Amino acid sequence: MEHNILEIDHLHVVFPSSKGETSPVNDVSLRVPAGKTVGIVGESGCGKSMTARAVMGLIHAPGRITEGEIRLCGRDLRKLSEKEYCSLRGSEVSMIFQEPMTSLNPVMKAGHQVEEVLRLHTDIPESELKQRVIDIFRAVGITEPEKRYNCYPHELSGGLRQRVIIAMAMICRPRLMIADEPTTALDVTVQAQILRLMKDLVSDDTGLLVISHDLGVIAKLCDYVYVMYAGRIVEESDIFTLFDDPQHPYTKGLMDAVGSLRRDAEVLSTIPGVVPSLAHLPAGCSFCLRCENGSDRCEKELPGLIQTGPGHKVRCHLMKEAGQ
Amino acid sequence: MFQGKHSDSRIQKIPDAEQDIRLLSQLGEEQTLGKKLGRMAKENPLAVISAAVILVLILGAVFAPVLTPYSYTGMDLRNRLAAPSAAHLFGTDEGGRDILTRLLYGSRISLLTGVVPALLSLVLGTALGILSGFAGGKTDSLIMRLADIMLAIPSMLLAMVIMYTLGGGLGNVFLTLTLVNWAGVARIIRSETLKLKNTEYVEAARVIGVSKSRIMLRHILPNCVPTMIVLFTLNIPSSILTESSLSFLGLGVQAPDASWGLMINAGRQYLYTAPWLCFVPGIAIMVTVLAFNFLGDGLRDVLDPHQNRE
Amino acid sequence: MNRLLLEGKNLSRDFPAGHGRKLHAVTDISLRIYEGETLGLVGESGCGKSTLGRLLIRMLEPDSGKLYYRGNAVSGISEKDFHPYRRDLQMIFQDPYASLNPRMTVRDLIAEPLEAWHVCGSREETTKKVLRLMEAVGVPGEFLMRYPHQFSGGQRQRIGIARAIALDPALIVCDEPVSALDVSVQNQILNLLNELQKNRGMSYLFISHDLSVVHHIADRVAVMFLGKIMETGYVKDIYESPQHPYTRFLLNAVPVPDPHRREDTVELLKGEPPSPVDLPKGCVFHTRCPYATEQCRNEVPAMRPAGRTEAACHYPGVS
Repeated sequence: MEHNILEIDHLHVVFPSSKGETSPVNDVSLRVPAGKTVGIVGESGCGKSMTARAVMGLIHAPGRITEGEIRLCGRDLRKLSEKEYCSLRGSEVSMIFQEPMTSLNPVMKAGHQVEEVLRLHTDIPESELKQRVIDIFRAVGITEPEKRYNCYPHELSGGLRQRVIIAMAMICRPRLMIADEPTTALDVTVQAQILRLMKDLVSDDTGLLVISHDLGVIAKLCDYVYVMYAGRIVEESDIFTLFDDPQHPYTKGLMDAVGSLRRDAEVLSTIPGVVPSLAHLPAGCSFCLRCENGSDRCEKELPGLIQTGPGHKVRCHLMKEAGQ
Repeated sequence: MFQGKHSDSRIQKIPDAEQDIRLLSQLGEEQTLGKKLGRMAKENPLAVISAAVILVLILGAVFAPVLTPYSYTGMDLRNRLAAPSAAHLFGTDEGGRDILTRLLYGSRISLLTGVVPALLSLVLGTALGILSGFAGGKTDSLIMRLADIMLAIPSMLLAMVIMYTLGGGLGNVFLTLTLVNWAGVARIIRSETLKLKNTEYVEAARVIGVSKSRIMLRHILPNCVPTMIVLFTLNIPSSILTESSLSFLGLGVQAPDASWGLMINAGRQYLYTAPWLCFVPGIAIMVTVLAFNFLGDGLRDVLDPHQNRE
Repeated sequence: MNRLLLEGKNLSRDFPAGHGRKLHAVTDISLRIYEGETLGLVGESGCGKSTLGRLLIRMLEPDSGKLYYRGNAVSGISEKDFHPYRRDLQMIFQDPYASLNPRMTVRDLIAEPLEAWHVCGSREETTKKVLRLMEAVGVPGEFLMRYPHQFSGGQRQRIGIARAIALDPALIVCDEPVSALDVSVQNQILNLLNELQKNRGMSYLFISHDLSVVHHIADRVAVMFLGKIMETGYVKDIYESPQHPYTRFLLNAVPVPDPHRREDTVELLKGEPPSPVDLPKGCVFHTRCPYATEQCRNEVPAMRPAGRTEAACHYPGVS
């Protein structure tokens, strides 16, 4: 049996607000198996980034994790002290952020920043550090790595900066890498290059968790996908089943929206209404207010994740268990 | 089921469509002035105490005639330099006048010289600041060089020169303090305007064809208000201090009118024999100035967009 | 072809880039917009597409070049003389959060253009017109007295659109109007823009980095790179048989939302756009173009017909 790099079980993240508590992450369970790329897709505010931050131990007050387990290679991350977490970040789990400008220190040379990660997490002798960094720069496709080593972030273009971030994220060979909207801030032609680079990031004993709102990016990179809506996972499936046979009305709506744009339909399909405020979620299915087939039951009773096929789960009352 | 209609009515039911990301970090929630003040009250008790002190001062100034049986000019030479007692809570001065009474009447002048010039310099500084920032070019250079000159001269010296030339009296004190303070306001409002001028909504107003004066009035001015409130509260104590100093030097309010600075000046010669003459108005100045400063800081924490902690 | 609405001739605009250097945002661009059409302007960030959009409606002054509106020269005239044209040339902004004054109600926001031009006689009449506009863009009338922060991004963009159409303009420059929105909401706005155009017959200059959005909404497309237009043509021709190598690379780079087609078969563009401060000599694209020759490095290619489109390339259609 394949083993999982990351296992999240029933994770709840809660933020206090003026209208009581809100849950940007609500009962989320997911797996990242070894050697696989797993995606979380959803629109802004669905909780996908917050899930990633929870794994990184980066939920800041007043937000907090109230329930659930996060295990990295079997190790329970919620039991770690802040100090233990610090030594974990960068070495065993690392993150590639969306904004390549703000996630690098502007007054430190690019090479030194990557070196810093090595110095913190490994005992590679000082004399070899520079060579290691230049090697990794070459591996992520940075041209003239010796020259770039001495550049400050503002002297690098967006694509190069993102490559430096990726280099920084992978230099300690972490078991899990999380990429939060890794190409959103980049131009299309550069995005294509970075996506191609990221396809090769995963090896047999590591995992990659990609978070994106862009179905194109997800389709390009992922093996398995979780669809999130208003803090909950509403559908999970392998990539091909999800795109060929989406089941949840929200996933369908999303696919239609993207599909009709590509087909150049006369009138584009949309999902009516807007994402509900997390403070005003209905007791039942969070999507019921926008769903064409929503019933009273949907409004009152929260559907569970129903297995509709091998490895395909859907959170919707309209689904039938496979085999029934 | 009447699905079409049914689902439509559902969509209508969606509560306040708030921005989704904002929902995650409720910190960024857009707040009304009232909510912000509420937050200040909760997080900054010092500011609340200060507000209360200021309120007491204002009430004291307004109801002075009711609060004390004495007249602030009425001499009582048999009772000169009496120590604090039940009859004279803070004692009497060299003319036998009740110090508490003079303090209360003096607070009228101190508060007026705090508020009126702060208000006048706020109006003048805001108008010139917005004009300077929005118009740019020569207008900007002219106004800003003028402000630079005002700021380069030590304000006390400037105040003394003006008062010396114009003579004492409350009106001239107001004028002087306004001239001393407007430049600081103008500079800050100008930088605020420069920022606002480059916002998309000001550009959007320009596209629509809104006139420049209207843009300044409807788009820039209202968005400067939080900064203006802060500047106003922070300018009051400096005005009070300057007025006190001027009166102390004999350049401000003239006797027999009561002013805290004047009272300290008069009490100077009795510092060793009747220290309350100096200490009482001195402490009053200190408390008032501190109260306005603390309140200003508290307001700045919640109102100033640049200091928002997020 | 419809009548010519707006024409820019040889427009250029630089910005100071510090140390006495210049950023060449727009270099010698000529562009035509016809009545009732949507011209898509695509390009990557920093290619000058927003600057060009603003130059065309005189929100920015060009360093050189001329502007004609319905045949009248509208560049080089004073701001006061230009003012009457302002009403016809409107704009929708990218960021629905930044483009609405947070201290104004929806009523005041939408009434602002009406009041600035004294369109309505009385306050009641203005409010009535505001309500009609709200209906046209799909914002419920009961939200009249709400403030922008009480709305979602999509609804704010609708309010921005209501402001833009309030004066019945002939042209609306849409500067990335949907790139800040989620897919499902983005489609709502695109449908709305299409519907409004059908009913009111105005032209759009639709600026976007998103090729599929432009494909959907535009009649004609202009592809920009580093301050220059690389290729223009009808949307179908550009997407089906692009002549300029840059257009082809750009189209190939878009990730397809279909896992069955994710294998990397196409050639990708190497490197990144050069800085607009130090423009390459000759064709601005030559540093990234795999087909560049000596001629490309020395000689600026002129815009000329190539296949079914027009391209600024010495070797249109190469592959």
